[in-house]
Amino acid sequence: MILQTTIYFIVFPLLSLTLVLGFIRLLLGPTLPDRIIAFELIAITSAAIIVVSAIETDQAVLLDVASAWAVISFLSVIAFSFYIEKWRGRP
Amino acid sequence: MNEILISLLLVVGSFFMLVAGLGMMRMPDIFLRMSCSTKAATIGVGTLLFALALYFASLGVATRALATIGFIFLTAPVGAHRIGRIAYLVGVVLWDGTIKDELKGVYPADACLPFGQECLIPDMDAPEVKPDLDIEKR
Repeated sequence: MILQTTIYFIVFPLLSLTLVLGFIRLLLGPTLPDRIIAFELIAITSAAIIVVSAIETDQAVLLDVASAWAVISFLSVIAFSFYIEKWRGRP
Repeated sequence: MNEILISLLLVVGSFFMLVAGLGMMRMPDIFLRMSCSTKAATIGVGTLLFALALYFASLGVATRALATIGFIFLTAPVGAHRIGRIAYLVGVVLWDGTIKDELKGVYPADACLPFGQECLIPDMDAPEVKPDLDIEKR
């Protein structure tokens, strides 16, 4: 009971606020690397929301989704940095 | 008792995630932002996964949760290092209050092209700049 109340009234609002802040930085970010780190924060926060959803719905399968999500976000960040390194110096 | 401990861990983890978001919003420089978001988000997700391992209390779930914690702890600094290096090479302007710039003068002057605060989108009509993409040679 206390677990459900904590999740609904504290944990999900805080994580949603983190998503909103990351999205504001994604919109405002003056340079391209700013947007990439905002994207990384959004991806990690989404993994955290999946983990909390696994506790809330009592489904242990969602942990696999969260770990695969973390792997994919790391690979996307590496791919972004790789292609910016290629793109640097082109007019 | 167990529920109270799990709730406490969840609140602490989500608070660390909120700290990461606030640092992403309030810090003046990309490197400070990156330090904030990487460290705080890593600790936050680690705490949430630990709470999940305590909640399910089975060997398989706990092993997977600990493996995910280890993976995030290993890969977050790697990604942050890559993005920081790219940001420095692309020519992001440092904060005014920066005291020490260890990389100043390490790269040649033409390695940092002016893709900084103003010139984000490359100008398509600009004359051809000779690309020198071989980073490892320097």
